[in-house]
Amino acid sequence: MSLLEVKGLQAGYGIVEVLFGIDLEVDAGELVVVLGANGAGKTTTLRAISGMIPSRGVVTFDGEAILGKRADVIVRKGIAHVPQGRGTITDLTVEENLRIGAFSRKDADIDEDIDRWFTMFRRLGERRDQTAGSMSGGEQQMLAIARAFMSKPRLILLDEPSLGLAPLVTNEVFDRLRDITNETGVAVLLVEQNANLALDFAARAYVLEAGAIVASGAASDLQHDETIQKAYLGL
Amino acid sequence: MTDFLQVLAVGIGDGAIYAMLGLGLVVVFRTTGLLNFAAGELAMFSTFIVWTIWDLGVPLLLAMLGGMVGGFLIGVLLQAVAVRPVGDPHERPLAVVIVTIGLFIGVNGLAQLVWGTLDKDLPPLFGVDTVSIFGVDVAWQKIGAVVVLAILAFVFYLLFQKTKLGLAMRAVASNSESAGLVGIPVPTVLMLGWGLAAAIGTVAGVFTAPGRGLGSNMMQLTLIFGFAAITLGGFDSLIGAVVGGFIIGIFSSVVPQYVPGFEKMPLAPAFLLILAVLLIRPTGLFGRKQVSRV
Repeated sequence: MSLLEVKGLQAGYGIVEVLFGIDLEVDAGELVVVLGANGAGKTTTLRAISGMIPSRGVVTFDGEAILGKRADVIVRKGIAHVPQGRGTITDLTVEENLRIGAFSRKDADIDEDIDRWFTMFRRLGERRDQTAGSMSGGEQQMLAIARAFMSKPRLILLDEPSLGLAPLVTNEVFDRLRDITNETGVAVLLVEQNANLALDFAARAYVLEAGAIVASGAASDLQHDETIQKAYLGL
Repeated sequence: MTDFLQVLAVGIGDGAIYAMLGLGLVVVFRTTGLLNFAAGELAMFSTFIVWTIWDLGVPLLLAMLGGMVGGFLIGVLLQAVAVRPVGDPHERPLAVVIVTIGLFIGVNGLAQLVWGTLDKDLPPLFGVDTVSIFGVDVAWQKIGAVVVLAILAFVFYLLFQKTKLGLAMRAVASNSESAGLVGIPVPTVLMLGWGLAAAIGTVAGVFTAPGRGLGSNMMQLTLIFGFAAITLGGFDSLIGAVVGGFIIGIFSSVVPQYVPGFEKMPLAPAFLLILAVLLIRPTGLFGRKQVSRV
């Protein structure tokens, strides 16, 4: 049984349907990417899984049905969502953002964990008392990722971390992300438009088109698939 | 000089009351990003509860604590049945603001229905005695208002800056969607915000009633001064509510005394001050300017 199982997921906004029955799975510790163009339904997929929007179908996490539960309840089950546009809480300081990331935790190691993130991301540590809103896009993305990890999740939903970032910064974000996932064994479900980066990062990939999965397989296979190359890799 | 100090003392005492109501307004603003137009009427209603308890023979201080609990529960209840169903205040701000205006009218009517239209007498919490300071007679009630305000402000400061609940409330205020994504039960936090605001409003009501008479319209002027206070201090700043409250109180007390033409316009100085603040410094003295980089 996979950690996350999504079957026949349908969702939309008002009368506009966006997802027409998505099936996907993420195993424990697995890095999975969903590729797709603008408007394919990538963000909607993540929002439906994390309980931010109403949806229909079946979503189970660790064997438990979670569809229909509120976002804050789903976090407690072990899914952290880094939304598009980072979702840092701009009026809170960097440190407070990390602290609030641990809101659902009851253990005593929160301070220790915050210090660990500050050691890992020196830039965040230097700015711990600054409001998150005053930081650059790349720094905010790092903060958003760090904050998601503060809830000690087993699965992270990551929505286009490369959006609006310079290529160099994007590379750095992905490098750091790879380090952290290697270290923690947290599974990642990433949605990206930047297919090159995403396929390098992930082990497995799905391709989403107009609200439906049209292809899936090992990331290395998709990287060499001609149609995928044409549509998403610009080769 | 004595005259001036006298007027100043009155202003400080009034200002403390505006600051109390202002603190409640800031709490709701911080969690929802909206002004609660029903804040004054909720305060009035729970002050009637205080009166009812006191009228049974309970000491006034205990009655006030009882009224604060009652106010808290009413605030929570109204948020749950009237405000929450309308939708997320961050997504539908106008609808929620209109509900608070509706509550203003509804709660006012309900108070008249329950307690009648004749004013009740609520004695001052700190008695009617005065003390002479620098040759000026200052009512203990005014000094008491300042002390009570200081206690409330300190408690609120601790709540917001030092507790997990306070951090959650600030997170919801800044970005309710992200707050939900880190596991904060947003609807519950909004509800608690309303409850807290109503509880502190009770205290403002208890200090307003002895001077003005406990009636269903008694808080309306105070609410306007409370709005003026937080406009001056900054909508999202607790310290701003306190400083703004005192400045508005003093200004409204001193100006009519010395500037001809203002005697018959008690609200005019406050309005002029609001206008000036909005023109010169829209975030208020202590309000934070929204900073965001993408």
